[in-house]
Order: sequence, then structure tokens, then C-alpha cells
Amino acid sequence: MVRTVLTFTDRGIYCPAGDFHIDPWRPVPRALITHGHSDHARPGMGEYLATHQALPVIRHRLGSIHAKGIGYGEPRQIGGAVVSFHPAGHVPGSAQIRVEVAGEVWVVSGDYKTEGDGLAEAFEPVTCHTFISECTFGLPVFHWEPQPLVMTRIADWWQANATAGKVSILGAYSFGKAQRLLSGLPEVGPILTHGAVEEMTEILRGQGYRLPSTTRATPDITSKTHPGALIIAPPSALGSSWANRLGPAEEAFVSGWMALRGIRRRRALGTGFVLSDHADWAGLNAAIKTTGAERVFVTHGYTAIFRNWLQTQGYDAGIVETRFTGDDADDTDEVVG
Amino acid sequence: MNRFAALFAALDGTTKTGAKTQALADYFRNAPDADRVWTIALLTGRRPRRAVTSTELRLWAAEAAAIPDWLFEESYAVVGDLAETIALLLPPPETTFDLGLAEAIRGQIRLTGQPVDQRKAAVLEAWGKLPATERFLYNKLLTGGFRMGVAQGLLTRALALATGVEEATLAHRLMGDWDPANTTFDALIEGGAGGDARPYPFALASQLEDGPEALGPPEDWLAEWKWDGIRGQLIVRPGAFALWSRGEELITDRFPELGSLADFLPPGTVIDGEVLAWHKEAERPLAFAALQKRIGRKTVPKALLTSAPARLLAYDLLEDGGTDIRDCPLAHRRARLEEVVAALPPDLPLAISPAVTFGTWDALAQARATAREREAEGVMLKRAASSYFAGRKRGDWWKWKLDPYTVDAVMLYAQAGHGRRANLFTDFTFGIRDGIELVPFTKAYSGLTDAEFAEITRWVQAHTLERFGPVRKVPAELVFEIGFEGLQSSPRHKSGIALRFPRMLRWRRDKGVDEVDTLQSLRALLKAAD
Repeated sequence: MVRTVLTFTDRGIYCPAGDFHIDPWRPVPRALITHGHSDHARPGMGEYLATHQALPVIRHRLGSIHAKGIGYGEPRQIGGAVVSFHPAGHVPGSAQIRVEVAGEVWVVSGDYKTEGDGLAEAFEPVTCHTFISECTFGLPVFHWEPQPLVMTRIADWWQANATAGKVSILGAYSFGKAQRLLSGLPEVGPILTHGAVEEMTEILRGQGYRLPSTTRATPDITSKTHPGALIIAPPSALGSSWANRLGPAEEAFVSGWMALRGIRRRRALGTGFVLSDHADWAGLNAAIKTTGAERVFVTHGYTAIFRNWLQTQGYDAGIVETRFTGDDADDTDEVVG
Repeated sequence: MNRFAALFAALDGTTKTGAKTQALADYFRNAPDADRVWTIALLTGRRPRRAVTSTELRLWAAEAAAIPDWLFEESYAVVGDLAETIALLLPPPETTFDLGLAEAIRGQIRLTGQPVDQRKAAVLEAWGKLPATERFLYNKLLTGGFRMGVAQGLLTRALALATGVEEATLAHRLMGDWDPANTTFDALIEGGAGGDARPYPFALASQLEDGPEALGPPEDWLAEWKWDGIRGQLIVRPGAFALWSRGEELITDRFPELGSLADFLPPGTVIDGEVLAWHKEAERPLAFAALQKRIGRKTVPKALLTSAPARLLAYDLLEDGGTDIRDCPLAHRRARLEEVVAALPPDLPLAISPAVTFGTWDALAQARATAREREAEGVMLKRAASSYFAGRKRGDWWKWKLDPYTVDAVMLYAQAGHGRRANLFTDFTFGIRDGIELVPFTKAYSGLTDAEFAEITRWVQAHTLERFGPVRKVPAELVFEIGFEGLQSSPRHKSGIALRFPRMLRWRRDKGVDEVDTLQSLRALLKAAD
């Protein structure tokens, strides 16, 4: 008989043996948090537990909270459960959470990607009996090209714009994607950041993540003061008056969703670069296989389709309903409040 | 298709018209001759016959991608574009080669009518070798749904830049029945293609939103009924008789009763008019439903010729005695048209579309209010001094339509759209009340803003009751004002009624499901319209 290590409640994923929730969306006494994105780290919990690396961003976003840190791979007894956090490769500090109760092991993936990005702690497969996997891009149409190829493409675009006397504005999530670009792009020219991006960058730089120096794009900065510059800004800043005041510019959006032409056109964006912090179809399938799990619950994304697919692959598969549908194609603003 | 793919990427990678025009002009200066001709053909809606069916493509692609058919269909539902779905699903090519656009199309044309094994082998071979963008374009050519976000005006502007020929002249030269497979670029640009039956570019009217008072003195304007038929251009030239639809389709054979006009109109006559199904005794058009039965029929059964006889109501004369008179003022063209029609024997299926006489804008407004009883959609206003311009040019021609009928209805089902609206719930089925029940009675896809569609999409995702493939059943809560141009009884619909041009006018957030309209009210409207 399979022991139930975790249950699914209207507050989120719950562990009865340890009396804690994982990434809950309503207030609970004790919350284990996979990473600092706002659909995973919610305000109002009695007590937070996250990796040491994830905590600074969570604290910054949630203000005064009661929180403790934990190292990657460090086992901790909570009631009748032993928990540990393992790198998920999604953003700096992100973790999968392993929960063991009386020898039965379940892993909650949080958001993850399997390709190393040179900044976030690299994804580490964790063997388990039951795996709860995100599936934001759980369709076979999603196939990511290797990061260096995409970075080269972005750099070429940046260079071409600079040659044409324009600055380049890249729309990217302010926490995670923005810093991944900073760390992965060759330095074609000066790099400027929108305030929302700069805040996150400063925090991560302070933690010791290797990030190039950046300049906050204050109102006195334009294409005249910084010709050929690259400006990294939250997606909501694209096409805004904030972007217009910079002068002659080209804009592009960096997201896994840019793989779909319809979505790119709907956002009235000419240029899109396909770079995601989530696993693609092959990444999801490989990650699930490596866990050795026989049972898989899917959440965040094309859950029904992905569940059906896993069933045809011989898994005992189910769906975890969440209040959040994942990184929705039209809800791409991760603007820091 | 390297060069064509680069053009596509340049066009697709910008929303700026100037950059698109420049990219196209560069292409027309440098691309190989046959590729240029095919590009013009594709951008003006001419495409080769389909060599494969979409069902075949789906099956072959699922097999090549090693996924089950159901997963292919789910992926297609999300991506919303068959050519793109296939391009995304296939594994990356192992070797790549360059295939010219014209060469690719010739290859596809050769495949038509070949046994399935041969067609499949050829398509799989191309898929296996083409890089991502080229593969997408190759599929677009195969599926026939080619749109590149290039309006006709942009195409002629780019061609004018590349060739030095004037835009309006080019627009005319690109019309007609030319075959890209055996037309040269020079022949096309210099006007040697298109044949004797080549039509002129249609002049199009703009919507008049605020009433005519701002248009100046009424005596400067000609008013006529806006008919609800098929806009057409009748060509009578030595050796050519043709009827073209506004979509540049040859529809001569679909309206054989108009054939008699070839014998009576003077050679070198081109008339712009409206094809209507005609009620002889009442001397007015039949409802659009009658004409609809004839659209899409290449051969017309006798019974239809009797029950829905076609008649051409003439608006304008574009060619008179073999001379292009489009630059003459409308008043002159109209006078000549009246003379030409008056010289014809009676009983021909051609008449002048009557002018609506009016002395004041108020009088015109009163006349317009009677449009529906005449089976018209409103009135047209054309400046008496206007030339017959190519395409849409604001200022000289206006359509002043009646306000649509409206009904408040509740959303019952939602489905994601395609293309630009993929992944967004935009296609809704609406219900109205029939006693205590809600009866589905129409679908509508347009009329809301992107922000409203995004909000409704989130609502649908959170409130789905049941899924039927791509269709979601939702609670009957969201109420919309549906606008439509007319209605007819329809045994195929559960409600017994079919609407014409239904669209969403407004999201009625202020209304609940108990406030939606009733089927009885629509039936009453149907009765009144009969």
C-alpha cells in the first residue's frame, strides 16, 4: 500500500506527518518555500523555511517575516517527517523539496529546469517514490535550444541595434531571467537596468552570485548618454512611456512563450527570444524518468494533457490543482512591488 | 527558401510598416525572378492547389515526431496553427539544404494527384532537411493558408520602390487571371500579365461613424443604397467576358443568367456593381439567405435559377468604349453609366442602382431609416467629384450603415482561438432563454478588446465545468450584448434561428443571466423581417 506523505488541500500541498505546507497560497502556520517567485512565496505564513540562497529575495518581497534558512541537501526533522532541499535550477536559490515519512519519499519539484544556466544552482535529480512535477511547458512543441545559442542570438541583435544607433530593451522577469541574461550575455556595450531589475540584481550580487556591473536606468539616462546600451526591464515596461523616453530603441521579450508565434504576435512584439527558466518537454520527461518515481502528480501548466501522456508512458499519474496556473502566457509580469 | 525565409523573418520580426516595406523592396530588387513572381502571387492570395490534405499532414507529422495522434491534436489546439505545430514538433533536421521558393512550390504542384506513398515520402524528405523557419513556410505553402501580415497597399508600395512603377498602376497590373507558374516578373510589372479580362482594383468605402453633417454641403454628394449582396466587377471586352468578386475571384460561371449581358453591352465596358438575388414582382432584392444558396456553387441547378435569379445593380462605370475613365469625376461616370444602361433592351438582368435623392442630411437620415425594408444595409455616400481610386482611401466614399440588431445573451461554451489568438479563449457559444431553459443560438468571435479576452480567458480557466476536446463548458454567468445584421430560420440550429454577422458589441458586466433575452423575442423579430 502506498503511504500518503503529502495531501492536496485548498491551501496548498500539506504534510500531515510534519504538519507543514509547501508553497501554500493561503496563510498557514508553517510554510516550506521552493523559491522566491510570487506565485510560490506568498505573504501571511506563520513561519517560513527556504534555502539560505532563496531567503534574501523572499525577505525583500514579503517584508518582515519569521523565516529560517536551510542548506541544500541538509536533512531536517519536522515532526514525523524528514525534509531536505535540493537544487531545482530554476532561479538562484530555488529548490525541490524532498519529504520522507517512514521510508516513503515524495519530492515536490517547485519550478525547475534541467539545463545549467551558469547562475542558478544546477538541477539535481532526487530519487523518490512519488514526484510532484510542474509542467508549465508540458507539450511536445516546446523544445529549447542550448542557452549559448540563444545568448549569441540576443548579442547579435543587440550589436545590430547598436550599429543602427539604437538602444536595445529586453523584457525579462526581474528576478531570475534578468540576472540569467546579465550573467550569460557577452558585453557588447553598457548594460542598464530598470529599477525593478536592479533591486533584485543588487540582492543577488550581495549574496555572491557572479553578475556584471550594471547601471540603474535613472531618468537622466537615454540613448544619447549611453549609445548602444542594453536595457533589461520587466515585460510591463516594454512599449511604456518609461521605454519611450530612452530614445530610438528596439524591444524584445525573452520567454519560453516566445516559441509560439501567436502569443508573440498577440503581445504586438516584433522580436522574441525563446529562453525559459522551466524545463522543456524533453527536460520534463527526462527529469521524471531520473527520479525513478512510479507515481507522478503534475501541476502548473498543461496538466491534463501531460497527465494523459504520463499515463501512456506507464506512470500512475494525477493532477494537483493549484490556484495558480503557472507562468501564464499573458500574465508575464513579475514586477517587484 | 533561405532568402524567402529571411524575408518572412524580417516581416514577422517587426510591427513597423516602414521596416516591412523596406524588407519587401529589398527582396524584390534581389530575389530570383520566379521567386519574386511567386511571392507576389502568395501575397495577393494566389496559391497552388493543395497537394496534401490537412488530415494527411497531421498523421504524417505525428508519426515523424513519434507522438500519439491525440497528443498532436492537443498540441495543435494550443499552438493554433497547423504549419507551426508541425514545424515545432518535428525533431531538428540532421542535414539542411536550400530549396528555392519557386522550386519548393513546383515540387508541391508536381505532387498533386500522386499516390499517397509518393506524396508522403516527398513531404517527409523536405521536413527532414529544412531548418525551422523554412519548414514552417514549406508547411504554410502545403496548407494553403498563407498570410504574412502584408496588406495589398504595402505590397504595391514595396514593388513601386523596387521598380519605379507608380503604385496605382501596379495595383491594376497585379490583378486578373495570371498564372505564377508561367508569368515573368517583368511581364507582371509591365502589365503584360492578367489577360484581357483583367479587372481594376476595387474602390472601397470607409465606415461613417458620426453621421454625415461634417461632410459639407449635401449637393456635393451622391447617395445610393448599400446592398447586401456580392460586390462585383463585370468586364465586357473584345474576347473577354468576366465577373469578378471583390476578393478577385472569377465568378462568371456561378451566375450564368448574367451571360446575356455579353451580347448587349458595348465592347470595352467595365461596370462596378452588386450581384443580388432578385424578387422580380416586388422589384427588390431577396433576403441575403437566397443569394447565399448560390455562393460557393460552381454549377447552378435550374430550380435555384428560378427561385433566386441573379441581377446586377450597377454603381459605377470604369471603362467606357475601351477607355479607362477611373480618373473622371463620379458625376461624369454615373451619367455615362446611365446612358449605357438606358441603351440596353429591357428585361436584361442589369439595372442602375438607384440614387437616393435628398436635399438635406436630415432627409437622407430619414431615407436611411427605411433601408431594411428595401433589403439594404444602409446608404453609401460618394463625393460627386471623386475619381475611382484603388483600395481604401478615406474622405471620398463612405458607408453609412444602419445600427445592428442587438440581443443580450449569456456565454455557455468557450474555445481557444487560432493564430494571434491561440491560447486565448475568444470563440464563444451564447445562449438565450427559452422558458426556464437556456438554448445555445449563436457563436461569436470578435468585438472585445485583447484585455477583455485575457480577463475572460482567466475566468474560463478558473470556471471550467467540463471539457469536450478544446471546448470548455462554463457556468452561465457572463452576459454579452450581441450585434447582428439579420436573421433567418434554420433547421440546422437547435434554436431554429441563424444570425447574420453576429459579434460581441459589449460585455454587459451589469447584467445577470436572468436578464438575457428570450428566444420568443428573436422569433418575433424573424416574423417581422419576413
